[in-house]
Amino acid sequence: MKSNALKQFLALLRHEFTAEWRQRNALGGVLLYVVSTVFVAYLTFKRVEPLTWIALYWIILLFASVNAVAKSFIQYAPGRMLYYYLVADPLALLAAKLVYNIVLLWTIQLLAFGVMSLLVGQPVQDPLMFLLSGGLAAIGFAASGTLVSAISHKATNQSTLMAILSFPVLLPVLTLVIKLSKNALDGLDRSVSYDELLSLSAVDALVVGVALLLFPYLWKE
Amino acid sequence: MIKGLHWYKIAAILLLLVTSWFGLMGDVPRLVVLNETIRNLYFHVPMWFGMVVILGASAVHSIKYLSKPDPVSDIKAEEMAKTGLLFGILGLVTGAIWAQFTWGEWWSSDPKQNTSAIALLIYLAYLVLRGSFREEQQRARVAAVYNIFAFASLIPLLFILPRLAEDSLHPGNGGNPGFGGYDLDANMRMVFYPAVLGWILLGFWITELRVRLKKIQLP
Repeated sequence: MKSNALKQFLALLRHEFTAEWRQRNALGGVLLYVVSTVFVAYLTFKRVEPLTWIALYWIILLFASVNAVAKSFIQYAPGRMLYYYLVADPLALLAAKLVYNIVLLWTIQLLAFGVMSLLVGQPVQDPLMFLLSGGLAAIGFAASGTLVSAISHKATNQSTLMAILSFPVLLPVLTLVIKLSKNALDGLDRSVSYDELLSLSAVDALVVGVALLLFPYLWKE
Repeated sequence: MIKGLHWYKIAAILLLLVTSWFGLMGDVPRLVVLNETIRNLYFHVPMWFGMVVILGASAVHSIKYLSKPDPVSDIKAEEMAKTGLLFGILGLVTGAIWAQFTWGEWWSSDPKQNTSAIALLIYLAYLVLRGSFREEQQRARVAAVYNIFAFASLIPLLFILPRLAEDSLHPGNGGNPGFGGYDLDANMRMVFYPAVLGWILLGFWITELRVRLKKIQLP
């Protein structure tokens, strides 16, 4: 059974990537969302203070991430979940969605970082640390977002719910990562950030663990 | 014995009588800045204890619901979340009044104020989620999942993040000495602990009344 779940996980993960690749317009939409919001920010602000840069970056990423992750379940036609329920292990399904979403959010972050640096300027003094903490935050974002997407998939007013349910639960991760980004922005010694990196990893582990525990209860139609 | 009058209700009445009497009339240390506002300790701080305990109990009932789908567990989880929300709002209001007289502003972007406001947003979202289902069993199950998830993300919010921030104005944070240090003398402790217990019991009493009402309305 265990090896079966692993095999299912790999098959589902491959399915996520192929399905996304076949529907490139959805992926393109998400990436274009990032580019156009950055461009709007650039046109309104031109050059910004470093602290405003961080705020802009994370606001853009918060909205882009929630939009990107929202479609993991919301796009499903009614009955699709029932099909998965019959053939797949819930943990394999959630894990596949999770890994896919993490990779997607990493792509979005790299793109946002690149475009922001090109247009608005790049004030971050320790980019490696900045991207590393962003990458860790993506795990928490993906886990909360995927579970909340599965929750709001069942309700009547999906897109409103997605926003109001996910923003508050994303905030612990967001607060921590903004703190870390500020440290990286000022180029502080990396040892200063270890404490927060540890907290961020702990929050990630908590969110991923709880999401994995709760998902099997959600997907029974 | 009157039906429905449990020991804890009597305890709540007695404890809150003690709290109100000694909270308003008792002797408190005269401290700079704080002055008489230190009495708010008996009313503001227990709201937070009450909120966390009652929301925790709500999460426990949601776990119970998921392991054994009983509509009563769902009712309890919902009503406890509502009582927790009430305590949260009262805590925020009493805190804002206290902040106005000691820190000089109603809202001073203190990490604890912000995280508490976020906690309220989470539970308001929980109530909106509950409202978005027509089918009762589905509502109960999905709401239980969100409730547990929300409580799990509330823990880092309430306990870890404010400690990381350096610029908190609350006692016990960011280099400020905690209340336990020297502000809180033995007399105040004698009132503070009963106050915490009394308010928590009152919270459960409020919930119990609403749960009984909801149980009658069950189809």
